[in-house]
Amino acid sequence: MPRFRGGVHPPESKLTAHLAIKPAPLPKRVVIPLRQHIGAPCEPTVRVGERVKTGQKIGDSSAKVSSPVHSSITGTVSSISPALSPAGVTVNCITIEGDGTDKHVRLPRLSPDAPRELLLERIREAGIVGMGGAGFPTHVKLNPPKPVDTLIVNGVECEPFITCDHRLMVEHCEHILEGAKIVARILGVERVIIAIEDNKPDAIERMRREAEGFARVVPLKTRYPRGDERHLIKSLLGKEVPAGGLPFDVGVVVQNVATLKAIRDAVLEGKPLIERVVTVTGDVSEPGNFLVRIGTPISELLKLCGGGEPAKLIAGGPMMGVALPADAPIVKTTGNVLVMREVREEEERPCIRCGRCVDVCPMGLMPTLLAKLVRASKWEECLKNDILSCDECGCCAYICPSRLPLVQLMRTGKAKAMALLKR
Amino acid sequence: MKRLIVSPPPHIRARLSSDIIMLSVILALLPATGWGVYVFGLHALEVILVSIAFALLSEVLGCKLAGIRPDISAALTGLLLALCLPPSVPLWLPAVGSTFAILAGKIAFGGTGKNLFNPALVGRAFLALSWPALVAPAAWPAPLQTTSSATPLNVWWHEGVQAWPVWDMFWGYRPGCIGEISPFLLLVGALPLICLKIIDWRIPLSYLGTVGLLALALDEPVIFHLLAGGLFLGAFFMATDYVTSPVTPRGKLVFGAGCGVLTMIIRKFGSLPEGVCYSILVMNAFVPLIERVTKPRVYGKA
Repeated sequence: MPRFRGGVHPPESKLTAHLAIKPAPLPKRVVIPLRQHIGAPCEPTVRVGERVKTGQKIGDSSAKVSSPVHSSITGTVSSISPALSPAGVTVNCITIEGDGTDKHVRLPRLSPDAPRELLLERIREAGIVGMGGAGFPTHVKLNPPKPVDTLIVNGVECEPFITCDHRLMVEHCEHILEGAKIVARILGVERVIIAIEDNKPDAIERMRREAEGFARVVPLKTRYPRGDERHLIKSLLGKEVPAGGLPFDVGVVVQNVATLKAIRDAVLEGKPLIERVVTVTGDVSEPGNFLVRIGTPISELLKLCGGGEPAKLIAGGPMMGVALPADAPIVKTTGNVLVMREVREEEERPCIRCGRCVDVCPMGLMPTLLAKLVRASKWEECLKNDILSCDECGCCAYICPSRLPLVQLMRTGKAKAMALLKR
Repeated sequence: MKRLIVSPPPHIRARLSSDIIMLSVILALLPATGWGVYVFGLHALEVILVSIAFALLSEVLGCKLAGIRPDISAALTGLLLALCLPPSVPLWLPAVGSTFAILAGKIAFGGTGKNLFNPALVGRAFLALSWPALVAPAAWPAPLQTTSSATPLNVWWHEGVQAWPVWDMFWGYRPGCIGEISPFLLLVGALPLICLKIIDWRIPLSYLGTVGLLALALDEPVIFHLLAGGLFLGAFFMATDYVTSPVTPRGKLVFGAGCGVLTMIIRKFGSLPEGVCYSILVMNAFVPLIERVTKPRVYGKA
């Protein structure tokens, strides 16, 4: 089995792995950001005061790389104004006050054998984006400019704490596979590989049983950040995506299991992406996995888990998640809310050049060197030392015994180096 | 709701900290240190304590002057310096040596993490150049005895004979510096740290391996060269100093091999019987160059 370089193995802390997905109560109000994806933001297609139904499209864009958004409840648009999204940036958001009726509108159902263009258009229309965290519009990803021969189903879920994909694989295995079959048809690939880390034996077993004859299930040793598509491709196929390239450059498309289920729901049931499974975990008395409407404020979810006074709220996992205020909404890419009650920020000490960051960097960079270059504002040197290859996975900062803010320094360095390139 | 903390990821950190690393290395040196004190008597302990005390004192004063934060690594520097001194030295010698090691070897470069050369070895080299008769005496106290004699390496260098049985040299029954005489106890301390990945295996392996291979090639007694002098202390605890050795995996192999080549050149062709201290210091100077040419391959690049 090929390996990826470096990586770390923090305590897995999968507190909610055995807890079945429960539907969260219908929120009274939702806040839907007009950009929950990589690409151009949507323009609102509704006005303040307008009545909307669950599943109705409320924002869209004519840009090639974008994805529409839908109302996740039935009610009235109360405002369209900028607010903080869980990506940590301020975007225009549509707020909807619910009336509690939850009347759904759906798109017409499609056959899984429908023409490729029709399926792609449906995936776009349903607002489907990569739900593993990246949020890249799926209809763009499934229409690669080069032929591909392999679909990798990503059930790795390598970040500590998160179990939303794990539960989905255990409880909705056949839906994920229906989605995978649709995607395999769109891409015209024969080879389908399902990758799952070995800390989810029940998901592996379930998938193996159900995927017989269609896909090969490959258990992988638990190691962060194996779920990153570049490292997953390296782990499974031994190939490396060229720097600056994308997985299709090596004939591969990687799809997260939650995205595949959303594709299946959009095609077979005509359901747009208005809800997702979210793990709420960490320092709460009753952690759990919930089926949550997009736009639900995080504070509503905390009430389901025993409340309490958090010190820090993180959308996403502890390695790459974004710290947020409690009124921020759940978006298409939020698979996890991590609650921390105590935060001990340790003092930074001088780098002792122990080299651990170099050992763990899955991209083969030298974070200790880059940190020094960033602090000395040597942007050209940063470029020469491949700072733009940094994925911000956080392994270096996690392992650093001197607690250097390495991810922060890399971000600064990347932004400055990019600016230098553009000039 | 009260105000929430917003900070960049990652939101969890590994437990191992710089201070714990330094303390664990000190702990790992204790078996060999204890043996030195046991066989050479209380004076050896006094040398060690004076060396550590002056290292800490210089660290506190030096850091105050430089406006930086003192840390526990100074104690390790003081200990390492004492371990590579003969047990017979007067107490002012470790005091001067560890003061020089910390002030000139570390603080002058900007403090912990910034120095180019291993501070303990800087201290030792300074003492060896200033008071050669004290640091490299003709007669060394023999372990557990009141007599004195030359070290195995001295006897070999002057007379070309191996005067000590190999197993005595392995367990630690031979004259030498306080902490260098028992490769066995140095291993007892170092192996757990290698398993815990606090000491990287690459440097000691390539250092010892190169010394062994060169001894073979030069028709010298291989086991004798591995066990003699300060090779084990140097290979496991001096050459592996994080600050002054390469951070790249391949660089560590190159660095260790370089130390091995220089050690054998000095032992065989130099004007001194022992070469570990100077080999490591010379290789310290090459660390930036070694790192430059041994960068890991970046993912997705040819």
